[in-house]
Amino acid sequence: MRLVAVQEQDFDAGALLARLNSAGTGGMASFTGIVRQLPGGGLRALRLEHYPGMTEKALERLADEAEARWELTGCVIIHRVGRLEPGQNIVFAAASSAHRGDALAATAYLIDQLKTRAPFWKAEEMESGATHWVEAREADDEATAAWSETANATNLPRGQGRL
Amino acid sequence: MRILYFAWLRERIGKSSEELEPPPGVDTPRALINWLRARGPGYAEAFSDEKPVRCAIDQEFQPLDAPLGTPKEIGFFPPVTGG
Repeated sequence: MRLVAVQEQDFDAGALLARLNSAGTGGMASFTGIVRQLPGGGLRALRLEHYPGMTEKALERLADEAEARWELTGCVIIHRVGRLEPGQNIVFAAASSAHRGDALAATAYLIDQLKTRAPFWKAEEMESGATHWVEAREADDEATAAWSETANATNLPRGQGRL
Repeated sequence: MRILYFAWLRERIGKSSEELEPPPGVDTPRALINWLRARGPGYAEAFSDEKPVRCAIDQEFQPLDAPLGTPKEIGFFPPVTGG
């Protein structure tokens, strides 16, 4: 089972996991990303823009890579676009497998890779009325690169401490 | 070819896409940026610094010095910030 989508509407993580549970599945892992309020407050919403066509291709490729690297019975990547307020869902990645290690690692891979390899851009709409574009984070590039240093490992990259 | 702009590049240029035929000799995305810069103040501002500019040729990420070839579309944008 594979589901990849870019959409404005919300998703139901529970319903998606129910669809992932197929014959041969022994476990499922998932990550739900949520729009976070800034530490000092003041964020009214995020506005998410993407490159239609290219985004879907990029996400399908990440799913291909995860399926080639781990033994999965399914995977899901959903990314929302448009205007999203703090507390709302923004992204969902999940993987199912006969074994927990593959499901956990594939899920972490999907979300780490998505951050630097899929064409999405976030702008912060502030309560003051100002809007500014979010800058890319070096830590995200490092998380993406860490996976190529562990090309033959089925575990999480060492030292990430992300799960 | 179709040229697409995203995020603050789109805002500064004032459009999300356009159909343009760059002259011969424009053979990399960087050369295309140099040619676009002369098209107006919005372009000059958007491309004043190439460092934060990324591109995709026919929807594949490519470095700015990649051969341009004869693509159907090329997109210019800042580093991605999804997830």
